[in-house]
Amino acid sequence: MSVPESALLLGQNTARDRRRQWKGHLFWVFSLAATSVGIITLMVLLVDVMIDGLGRLDADFLNSYASRFADRAGIRAPLFGTAWILGLTAAISFPLSVGAAIYLEEYAPQNWITRIIQVNIANLAGVPSIVYGILGLAVFVRGMGLGRSVLSGALTLSILILPVIIMASQEAIRAVPDSIRQAAYGLGATRWQVTQRQVLPMALPGILTGTILALSRAVGETAPLIMIGALSFIAFTPQGLTDQFTVLPLQIYNWISRPGADFHEIAASAILVLLVLLLTMNAIAIILRNRCSRMRVG
Amino acid sequence: MTRETDARALARRRSRHVGEQVIGFLLFLCALLSTLVTVGIVVVLTRETLVFFQEVSVLEFLTGTVWTPQFVDKNFGVLPLLSGSLLIALGASLIALPIGLLTAIFLSEYANDGVRGVLKPALEVLAGIPTVVYGYFALTFITPILQSIWPSTGSFNALSASIVVGIMIIPTVASLSEDAIRAVPLSLREGAYGLGATRLEVSTRVVVPAALSGVIASFILGISRAIGETMVVTIAAGSLAQMTLNPLEAVQTMTAYIVNVSLGDTPVGTIEYKTIFAVGFTLFILTLAMNIVSQLVLSRFRERYE
Repeated sequence: MSVPESALLLGQNTARDRRRQWKGHLFWVFSLAATSVGIITLMVLLVDVMIDGLGRLDADFLNSYASRFADRAGIRAPLFGTAWILGLTAAISFPLSVGAAIYLEEYAPQNWITRIIQVNIANLAGVPSIVYGILGLAVFVRGMGLGRSVLSGALTLSILILPVIIMASQEAIRAVPDSIRQAAYGLGATRWQVTQRQVLPMALPGILTGTILALSRAVGETAPLIMIGALSFIAFTPQGLTDQFTVLPLQIYNWISRPGADFHEIAASAILVLLVLLLTMNAIAIILRNRCSRMRVG
Repeated sequence: MTRETDARALARRRSRHVGEQVIGFLLFLCALLSTLVTVGIVVVLTRETLVFFQEVSVLEFLTGTVWTPQFVDKNFGVLPLLSGSLLIALGASLIALPIGLLTAIFLSEYANDGVRGVLKPALEVLAGIPTVVYGYFALTFITPILQSIWPSTGSFNALSASIVVGIMIIPTVASLSEDAIRAVPLSLREGAYGLGATRLEVSTRVVVPAALSGVIASFILGISRAIGETMVVTIAAGSLAQMTLNPLEAVQTMTAYIVNVSLGDTPVGTIEYKTIFAVGFTLFILTLAMNIVSQLVLSRFRERYE
């Protein structure tokens, strides 16, 4: 690392030093501005959607089905569809991912199989979501004959968020101090008893935080569900696993892709509903995370 | 205690061990599932792609410059889609890489805890906004602005999608870069400050070079995410597969093509249906290669400090 010569002339405020300080201030302004780009965009986006969408947001909008006429259309079907997808995806992905995380952290021997599984999970997290949609189309919709059902959608989104929950859970499990495990083993507990009664309760807030964040990603996904052929014009709510469905992002996409400002308006209203749902989920996750970090200090 | 109850206790313990093994095996199956997903992706994509290549030559697919599988006069050159994806990714990188890195430097080197406590969650919210919402923003907010600046801008154009995809991947680049930058030991900074360096000099000549592998890995991952992005480009960039460098024109990316074919009710077994898999395979290989390169950069070129 080259050290500026002027640094050696301590106490002497030369013209070069002043230039260096000036550059430093400029850089500070620059990086502050860069950091603000994201935040400002976020605010502009929220305000823009509110201006467009607040007008149509009322009980009727939440309670009506899709319609050819923008002023009569509502989001009852996608709301129920999103609730179904959220519940099913949670039920499928949570046990599988936490199981995988427990295996990798508490059970797995240090060998090449474990390493491959671990590297593979990291790679899966980088696969574009639409590729999961192609997989869902080929395996669940066609291969297993589940059709364009809620179940196909939930299975597709479950494998999409699997790596995310696994990695978050692994981190939470890893954060449990080893002394706890050693104490439990010392008292004669088996591996599962240690895991179930000591490690999991301590790691649970972290695991839940990761799961909720992953689920909020699943709720916002559009492309994989377009791939498996979830429809956006549906005038009923799903009653069972094999029923067809639509979700909020799909309904939003459908309205955006139509010409005409009135459909764009109700798209914005639906976006507001989706964002409220996601922000609530995020807030729950953040509260859980803060509570768990306080627990660790205490 | 009698012998009999002792034996019973022993048996119970043994069954407990059998239970233990069953649990261990079940957990192993959960972990194995993720590997099966990868195998599933590879098998599904490869099988249908091979069928596709029985009808279309690999050479035509990889070097053809016209992509019209849905027309009567069918052409299967993937280059227009690939160039569309790369044009969007290039534009997005021009925004996300410098801004992401500067954000990371600001968060790690300049911001105090209070400022960080506001900025970090805000970036997380930015990362959590669904892509379809970004698409809406690009189409109804950014594009009209571009049209008022350059009247020739199409209502679907690559620039608007690039800008929004770029903003979307800022959090990815910023948070991964920041992790790398924060991992640089304090002693390096203190050494530089002790020699009289300014904060700018410490940041750009000591900290960032020391964290370079992590920063580059975050760049590659960000670009890979831009290539895999689907909804923003489907909504804002249009569906015209053409090779152009003009960002004010419509382009079609690989991802947008896949969505467009799926929206129509394409019968199984037709050549259009198979193109989904051929294009998906190309996309998968491209992003996978980038992800692997970024992991290699991280593990091979990481500077280790004690």
